Amino acid sequence: MSGSEDFSLEALRSGDRAEFVRLVETYYAMIYRLALKILNNTQDAEDILQETFLKAYRHLKNFDGRSSLSTWLYRIATNEALMFLRRKRVDFISVDEPLENEQGEQEPLEIVDWCCLPESELTSAEAQRHLDQAIQNLPPSLRVVFVLRDIQDLSTRETGEALNLSETAVKTRLSRARLRLREELTGYFGERVQEGKRT
Amino acid sequence: MEHESCRQLLGSLSEYIDGSLETELCAKIEQHLSDCENCRIVVDSLNKTISLYHTSAQNSTVPEGVRERLLRCLDLSEYL
Repeated sequence: MSGSEDFSLEALRSGDRAEFVRLVETYYAMIYRLALKILNNTQDAEDILQETFLKAYRHLKNFDGRSSLSTWLYRIATNEALMFLRRKRVDFISVDEPLENEQGEQEPLEIVDWCCLPESELTSAEAQRHLDQAIQNLPPSLRVVFVLRDIQDLSTRETGEALNLSETAVKTRLSRARLRLREELTGYFGERVQEGKRT
Repeated sequence: MEHESCRQLLGSLSEYIDGSLETELCAKIEQHLSDCENCRIVVDSLNKTISLYHTSAQNSTVPEGVRERLLRCLDLSEYL
């Protein structure tokens, strides 16, 4: 995880504004990106960012230091983002809810070698839209794990702490998320491979 | 993904990619990969999927005005 943890907890807990600003400056971009990847909407991400730091400021005096400050902020932000989705969607799945067929993995159906595509095609604006859409197609319970582990670079343990999940549950959900995303991207990039063969 | 060994591989693939599998299981997977082109494609495309998301996130920037509005919202305008 990036970011420094050399903050004075005593100053933060006593309401030191300069120290709190340092905390904000260090982590606001990471929290914004986390919320944006979960919600895929810039205004919603900004709302979650603001709510996260408002809550952090109010509750810093209760921060027990068992996790790092960054993991604690991730936990607040993830909870806020999930609550936001819960309010918006009726088909919401809680992050704590056991997944159907937790032990089993969905088998990949598509076997197309698309890694050979040129980098410009893999990173085009259109490809980026497909990447973003594929994340949104994941159930929130898988999406948050993937975003924390593979985009925000948290460890399995930190992700578990942020989501209040066991490390085994984090690994299982990460595996399912990755395989589903691979499947979705294979659908999209596989067509680009076929188009390339036809031309 | 027709064979039993392919299905077994799938369940361990994520941890294999993370390098967190036991050495013995890792060796079994590598042995299987040396004989199974389909599984090699799945491993490669899974690695590429993770790498594409990682790179795209690193390249993303926070829109202008977000920081300023955040500091105002937190009543910290004097630090702008």
